[in-house]
Amino acid sequence: MSSRQLTRRVAVARLGAGCVLVALAPLCARGGETETMSVIRDTFGDVTPKTGRITLELPPLAESGNSVPLKVSIDSPMTEADHVHRVCIFANRNPRPLIATVIFTPQAGKATFSTTMRLSDTQDVIAIAEFSDGTIWTEQARVMVAVGACDTLQRRF
Amino acid sequence: MRTLILATVAAAAFTAIAAGRVSQKDSAQSGPRSGYSYLAPETQRLQEDDFANPGMLWVEQGEVLWNQPAGLSGKSCATCHGDAAQSMRTAATRYPAYSLAARHVINLEQQINRCRTTRQVASALPYESQNQLALTTFISYQARGLPMNVAIAGPAAESFRRGRTFFYLRRGQLDLSCSNCHEEHPGGHLHGETISQGQVNGFPIYRQLWQAMGSTHRMFAWCNEAVRAKPYPAGSQEYVDLELYERWRGRGLPVETPAIRR
Amino acid sequence: MPNTRVRVPNTAKAGEVVEIRAMIMHPMENGFRVDSQGTAIPVHIITDFVCSYDGAEAFRVRLEPGLSANPTFSFFIRATQSGPVDFLWQDQDGTITKASASIEVT
Repeated sequence: MSSRQLTRRVAVARLGAGCVLVALAPLCARGGETETMSVIRDTFGDVTPKTGRITLELPPLAESGNSVPLKVSIDSPMTEADHVHRVCIFANRNPRPLIATVIFTPQAGKATFSTTMRLSDTQDVIAIAEFSDGTIWTEQARVMVAVGACDTLQRRF
Repeated sequence: MRTLILATVAAAAFTAIAAGRVSQKDSAQSGPRSGYSYLAPETQRLQEDDFANPGMLWVEQGEVLWNQPAGLSGKSCATCHGDAAQSMRTAATRYPAYSLAARHVINLEQQINRCRTTRQVASALPYESQNQLALTTFISYQARGLPMNVAIAGPAAESFRRGRTFFYLRRGQLDLSCSNCHEEHPGGHLHGETISQGQVNGFPIYRQLWQAMGSTHRMFAWCNEAVRAKPYPAGSQEYVDLELYERWRGRGLPVETPAIRR
Repeated sequence: MPNTRVRVPNTAKAGEVVEIRAMIMHPMENGFRVDSQGTAIPVHIITDFVCSYDGAEAFRVRLEPGLSANPTFSFFIRATQSGPVDFLWQDQDGTITKASASIEVT
């Protein structure tokens, strides 16, 4: 499972910051990933996000999918003229890909936040940020999940 | 009177022999290890973070309940027990314990309910209810850092013996005992999960799987169901006995309430 | 009233960007859990979290069931004026929970 997809991700990373992320389309070929693409299109319109400016801090291996720590830091001066307006976090194989929408204001001072989320399976976590000048940027990271969040909640006890 | 002395001596001797036999088996491992040591670093950090540890929400709620008048008496826990940081400092290290009033071994939840029904004239708190978990978490938290130290001799000996038998008895469709996993294979893997020693020094725990606090009895029921055995009811003497054995088995481990476990 | 925890620094220098933490006790039922009868427990989540400071909204989150139970957020605000930092959580059924802490700006 992993080696082919990891090779693709490494290739995408090597394209460097500021590159148009056309590679995003073939990565989202199956199941929840197709739904993720359509949710992203509904949220941001038919734009092609640029890669960069966002740093995602996630554990490479999460022992419990129920509580995966996430930290998102976005490079922005957060002034009235130049700030991050909103960030959407997606998990492309969760039953509901959209995890949260964070809305910043210049009063926030820094476009950085942390939270914990639920992941159903090993998958990519994708952050897409919209800036005050209308540009859209993205970054993603793969998280391996030992015990997924959704199926383990079926037990009675 | 003589019969009573003989019986007490016999019970003490039996317990000493039993303890000696069991401690040989336990020392074959490297000694008790807390479930904390089997966690991933992120989870360990979360447990240590007194702000982000979700269990602290229950500790705070427990503090509110501690000071709240309950039942027809209009008394709160604080009315009799004052400042919990003082009066409850060692409570969690000593329970389950033999109750003279109940005439059998009871655990912390049952002691709280005895206080509520007899002293406060309030209703007993159901198992796994929000209020019960909040109070037991708050009280156990007062003992954080102190080593577990339950009494297994004298009147508690019978309960201890039953609890130990439970721990080693195979059960369920999978025909496994607690010891099969937790004594024979700690550190091993089961479906990608690391098997711990199954110690109880962190209880009540915030379990990631439940996304909520849980008592030892909930954990025992979960484990029993996992081997396809019918769980005993929460608050049953079987589980109280097992809890007593477990607390003895992990003696010396510090109370970590509220611990975070997978 | 659900239990909340907030952490706001007591003091800060004017213009300093400080870390704020906020947490609320809530199961964030995602609709996939089943009860003892096997019936799925319906979705029940906090939908919005807002931090207001100095007369305006500083930070807002639109929550989804994909966030963990007892949702916790760590974020930043630029200290400009002494005064309260207000927190508001809104449940999907409209219930509002509030919390507040003061910051002194020198």
